[in-house]
Amino acid sequence: MVRLNLFLLLVAMFCSLGVVTSQHKARQLFQALDVQHERTRQLEVEFGQLQLELSTWGTAPRIEKIAVEKLGMRTPDSETLLPSSPIGGASR
Amino acid sequence: MMRFKGKVAHKFAESPLLELRLPAWRSRLMALMILASFVVLIGRAFYLQIIDTDFLQEKGESRYRRDIEISASRGRIADRHGDVLAISTPMRSIWAVPPAVQLTPEQTQQLAALLETDAQTLSRKLATDKPFVFLRRQIPPPVAAQVAALKLPGIGQDKEYRRFYPTGEMTAHMVGFTGVDDKGLEGAELAFHGQLLGTPGSRSVIKDRRGQIVEDVGSIKPPQDGDDISLALDSKVQYLAYSQLKQAIADRKAKAGGVVVLDARTGEILALANWPTYNPNNRASLSGGQLRNRALTDTFEPGSTLKPFTIALAMETGKVRFDTLINCAPGRLRVGGATISDTHRYGLLSVAEVIQKSSNVGSAKIAAMLPAQVMWEMFDGVGFGQVPSLGFPGEVSGRLRPWKSWRPIEQATMSFGHGISVSLIQLARAYSVFARDGDLVPLSLTRIGSSRPRGAQVFSPQTAREVRAMLEMAVRPGGTAPKAQIPGYRVAGKTGTARKLENGRYTTKNYVASFVGFAPASDPRLIVAVMIDEPRGKYYGGEVAAPVFAAVMAGTLRTLGIAPDAPLEVAQSGKPAAKARL
Repeated sequence: MVRLNLFLLLVAMFCSLGVVTSQHKARQLFQALDVQHERTRQLEVEFGQLQLELSTWGTAPRIEKIAVEKLGMRTPDSETLLPSSPIGGASR
Repeated sequence: MMRFKGKVAHKFAESPLLELRLPAWRSRLMALMILASFVVLIGRAFYLQIIDTDFLQEKGESRYRRDIEISASRGRIADRHGDVLAISTPMRSIWAVPPAVQLTPEQTQQLAALLETDAQTLSRKLATDKPFVFLRRQIPPPVAAQVAALKLPGIGQDKEYRRFYPTGEMTAHMVGFTGVDDKGLEGAELAFHGQLLGTPGSRSVIKDRRGQIVEDVGSIKPPQDGDDISLALDSKVQYLAYSQLKQAIADRKAKAGGVVVLDARTGEILALANWPTYNPNNRASLSGGQLRNRALTDTFEPGSTLKPFTIALAMETGKVRFDTLINCAPGRLRVGGATISDTHRYGLLSVAEVIQKSSNVGSAKIAAMLPAQVMWEMFDGVGFGQVPSLGFPGEVSGRLRPWKSWRPIEQATMSFGHGISVSLIQLARAYSVFARDGDLVPLSLTRIGSSRPRGAQVFSPQTAREVRAMLEMAVRPGGTAPKAQIPGYRVAGKTGTARKLENGRYTTKNYVASFVGFAPASDPRLIVAVMIDEPRGKYYGGEVAAPVFAAVMAGTLRTLGIAPDAPLEVAQSGKPAAKARL
């Protein structure tokens, strides 16, 4: 009888320690998950900021300015422009 | 030591004298009382744990449970190709609770440096007796992190969003802007506010001593980010329209102006530019004039650009044919007490030539053949006098008076666009009846897929085609707007030059020059309307507005890859009209 009781006591202690450990592990994992969620949000924010940057760099006025000032490009005059489609284009 | 050897043997510790004769009920009573107190304790515990659980639960939760709001960001506004026109990005605002703030001079210096202000200003802000002050709003998160690292008592921060507009003043009127509290105030930001707005979510969590979240309790309400809006706007076309308009206004020293580009097939607004404009990212010095989306909110008397409508109606009702001759001599006509005059003295003109030469007398004579009610119904049918209902703030209906109050002179002047006022967007849309086969296309701010919406039929396809041919003549040599020609494309359009009404009288100083047209004329794809308010020097629509039209149209046709439809020799003989950019 005493032996059985001692055995059960040991089992109970073992189980309770297990509960404590798994709770601790669950919380650790949860924190890790939360950190990753936060990272997801951060990356979304960064994506937005990069999109903003892309749009800012790619605005038409800036492109034209660089094309004209740095690269010395210019738009051809209407005299030098020749439409490339065949004359039959009108009958389309 | 004596030894008693009697009947009763007593142990040393016992003494019969000291033996108490206690009644048994006393001990039982004690036991009962202890039992009763246990029952009371158990009862109380049962009451607190099972019946009245809320109180303790609340007390417990208030110590470790936290409700966290998860913020949702406002949707993006993009153009038809997905280029971002407006985007929200999180920023921080730094606040203080002045009574709780105790800073050493050194700390004040550090904080002031981070907040880009000086220590004196900061101290003054903190010296108030207000319970809460914002020290600085919308600072970048890295700076906010540095402020947090100082760990100053009484100083905290909040997350908030700031809206950025990368295209700036170019698309200011279309996109609009939001206020500090993320509420749409102008343009698409206001028109689509409901869709752009996100709903913040929330979650309940348990936090440990170090403030870290250890567990989710209860349900999580995920945040709903606002929907992204894809406008019909094409950034490249918008830039063309904006830069050409800006250039023309600078060249002509004009007061204001607007350009609208519509897709004739879908009714999408590809570009809408106004001058003056503003930078939505920096609205510190903003005046009402800059804010006005003139193409929608300002009406003007359009002048000759309205002639094709009256003439189309006369053709539709069988009053005239395109080759019916109208006697426009001697270049003036008396209606009632007023005189209508032409800029040149024309003799006999065919109906087509009335449009080509833009004869006021001719169109007044044609208008006289029509009943007022029929004319009113046609103007109403093409959308004049009606709010375009795009959802933009300040859209106006223009002025179209009820036909019953028309006098003959008014009917005559309305045929060439005086005594009636329209907005530029109404005018551009009205021309869709000629660019299409007689139906009025519904406008769309947002991108439409491949569907081809149809509107109410105003004219028959036959009439629309005939007017289209006449409008092509107006752009050819001999017409009023040869400067609207584009090499390689057949273009159709009409000029307008209207005197401005000031204090109830038409001035001879200030004009509104306009041009509305479409291309390619063989199968119209685009409608462009240009309006220049109070140009200096030259003021004719064909001189001022037509070149802007040609440049915008040529650039747009090329950008969208629309095949040329004109024979090559036109391109070589044509005058240099387009000075397209991009």
